[in-house]
Amino acid sequence: MKVVIDTGNYIAARAAMMAKPKVVAAYPITPQTTIVEGIAKYVENGELDAEYICVESEHSAMSACIGAAATGVRTFTATSSHGLLLMHEMLHWAALARLPIVMCNVNRAIGPGWNIWCDENDSIAQRDTGWLQFYCSSNQEVFDTVIQAYKIVENEKVLLPAMINLGGFILSHTSLPVRIPEQKEVDEFLPPYEPKWRLDVNHPITHGNIIFPDDYYKVRYDMQLAQDNSRKIIKEVAREWREKFGTYHGDLVEEYRCDDAELVILAMGAIGAEAKVAVDKIRKNGLKVGLLRIRAFRPFPEEEIIGMAKKCNKLLVIDRNISVGNEGALAGETRACLKDRVEDANVYGFIAGLGGKDVTYIDIEKMCKMVIDGKAGRVEWYGLG
Amino acid sequence: MAIKDFPIEEYVLPGNAACPGCPSTMGLRTVLKALGKKTILTIPACCTAVIQSWYPYTSFNVPTLNIAFEAAASAASGIAAALKKLGEEDINVVVWAGDGGTYDIGLQALSGAIERQTNFLYICYNNQIYSNTGIQRSGATPYAAWTTTTVKGKKEFRKDIGEIIIAHHVPYAATACVSYPEDLYNKVKKTMGIRGPKYIEILAPCPPGWRFSMDKTVEMGKLAVETGAWILYEYENGKLSFNGISKSIAEGKYKPKPVEDWLKLQGRFSHLFKPERDIVRINAIKDHIRDTWEHYKKLASL
Repeated sequence: MKVVIDTGNYIAARAAMMAKPKVVAAYPITPQTTIVEGIAKYVENGELDAEYICVESEHSAMSACIGAAATGVRTFTATSSHGLLLMHEMLHWAALARLPIVMCNVNRAIGPGWNIWCDENDSIAQRDTGWLQFYCSSNQEVFDTVIQAYKIVENEKVLLPAMINLGGFILSHTSLPVRIPEQKEVDEFLPPYEPKWRLDVNHPITHGNIIFPDDYYKVRYDMQLAQDNSRKIIKEVAREWREKFGTYHGDLVEEYRCDDAELVILAMGAIGAEAKVAVDKIRKNGLKVGLLRIRAFRPFPEEEIIGMAKKCNKLLVIDRNISVGNEGALAGETRACLKDRVEDANVYGFIAGLGGKDVTYIDIEKMCKMVIDGKAGRVEWYGLG
Repeated sequence: MAIKDFPIEEYVLPGNAACPGCPSTMGLRTVLKALGKKTILTIPACCTAVIQSWYPYTSFNVPTLNIAFEAAASAASGIAAALKKLGEEDINVVVWAGDGGTYDIGLQALSGAIERQTNFLYICYNNQIYSNTGIQRSGATPYAAWTTTTVKGKKEFRKDIGEIIIAHHVPYAATACVSYPEDLYNKVKKTMGIRGPKYIEILAPCPPGWRFSMDKTVEMGKLAVETGAWILYEYENGKLSFNGISKSIAEGKYKPKPVEDWLKLQGRFSHLFKPERDIVRINAIKDHIRDTWEHYKKLASL
C-alpha cells in the first residue's frame, strides 16, 4: 500500500491499468482526456499489456469494446458529455448484449453553448440504458470503484456494464491523496476475467440476431433481475474491499451522521463530499442534519432511501441535472419510490450547479436553512440570482 | 479454383430466411467456403441480420456478432484486438455489411478501422439500395433507378466507394459479383494471406429491389459486368488490375453489350423505356459508364 497524490483522471487511469483490461478503445474529449493519455502511456511503457485502439469516435469506442468483450476479454473506456451522448445507442447495445464493460464518465455539461464544466445531465440521460451507474465523491472512491466495478459486473449474476462517474474538473483535475494497493493484492481481489460466453470458432453461436416479442420481453426482465442482483454484489464487493484495503465509501449509499437527523440531504458525486462539510457546520449550530450520499444511481437505492425516510421524513435532494419539464432526476425518483410507502415524507428538490456553477458547503447550508425555515418549495432552482 | 472443387463444408445452412433468388446468401455461402471454420462474422443492420434467422436459431455455422448499423467496422476492430491478445490471430475477422451500412452510415467507422490498419476483411454486398427496410435510395443506388424514396428515379450518380477505400492505401481491395463465384472465392482466399485491412465489394442483384424475376439473379449480375455497368477489379500492392470479362473489355477483346440489355430487364429502370424512351437519362447512364471506365483504365495504367 502506498499513497499517491494525483488527479481523479490519472487515478482512474491507474485503477484501469491495475484491473488489467486486454482492450481499451477510447476517444479524447475534455475533461476526460488525461484518462486516455494516462492509459496510452501505460500501454506504451509496457505497464499495461493491452491493445489500445485509438478509435475515430466515441460511438466506435463503445462498439470496439463490445466487439472485444464479446470475444472474451476485459475492456475499458472513458468519455464525457457529448462523447457519452454519441455512445448512447451502443450503451444500450452493450447492456442488452450483457457485456461487463467498465467505463469512466467525467460528468460535463451538454451544449450549446459549449460548456466544459461539471454537470450530470450527460450520465443521467443514460439512466435507462441498463448500465450500473456509480457517482464518486473523491479520487480514492474513483480508484476503488473502478476496480470494484469489474468484480461486480463480471459476476455471473450481474453481467451488465458499469459507468463510474466523476465530476469534470472537480475531481478529474484535482489532486488528492489516494491509497494504492500493491498489484498482487489487486490481482487477488480481481482474478482474470473468465467470460460466460464468447465468440468461439469451436462453438459457433450467433449473438444478437432477430428476437421476437416473447423472448425479447424475457431478455428485458433478465436485465432487471441482473440490476436487482447487483445490489447484493455491490455490498459484498465494497465490504470485501474494506477488509482487504481499508477504504470504504458505503454500498449503494453512504450514510453520514444520519442517526438522529431531522433533515437528511441526498446528493451525488462531489456535491456529496461538500455536503459532509455542510452537515458538520450545521450540526455545530445545534441543528440535526445528516447526509445520504447516493453512490449507485443504478441500481436505484430504493430500500435505503425508504429506510431513511422512515427515520427522518424531511429529505433535501440536490440534483446537478434537470429533466427539463419535470425536475431533477434524483428528486423525482426519490419521490416516486417513497410514494405510498412512506406517507409523511417531504421531499425538497434543489436544482444546483448546472453547467459547473459552484455548489459549496455554504450553498448547501443555505439550502438546509430554507427547508428548516419552511421557505423551500417542492422544487427550488438554487442560486438563479 | 473451379466451383466443383469448392470445399464441401457449408456455413450458410438451409432454413435461412432469405428471399428466393437472394444474392446475399449466394455470396456469403461462397465467401465462407473460402474462409472456412476459423472465422468470426460481424453483421450490422442489413438483410443478412434477418436472413440468419431468429433467436434461438441460426443458420450460420460460424460465430456471428450482430451489431448496430454504423458499428460493424469498429466492432471488428475490437474483435481483432481481443484475438491478438488471446493469441488467436489465425482467425479471420470478417464484416459482412450491405451498401447502406458501408457507403452511408458505416463509412466513418470503416474509414477509421482501415486507417488504423485493422487486420480484417470488410465485405460489402452491394444491392444498391436499403433493401431490408424496403427499397430506399442509398449512396450506392445508380442514377435514374427507382426506389421508394426516388420515385421518379435517382437524380445523382452512385458514390465510388472503391476509390475512397483505395485512397486509404489498403493492401487489398477488389470488386466481385455473385454471378462469378470462382472469382469471388479466389479473391477471398487471396485476402487470407494479407495482413491489414482488406476490402471486397460484391455486386448483389436483388430481385425485389431491382424488380426482376427471382430466377434471374445470376443473369442480372452477369449482364451488369458484360455491359460494363459493373467493373471487376483488384487493387493490390498499389496496382489496379481488371479481372474476368472486365479485363477483356479493358483490353478491347470483348465488346460490352448495350447497357439497355441490363436496364430493360429491371423494373426499377422501366420509366426509362415507357411510355417512351428517355434518351437523355439513358445517354447520361452511358456517359457515366464510359467516364468510369476511362477513369479506371487510367488508374490501372498507373
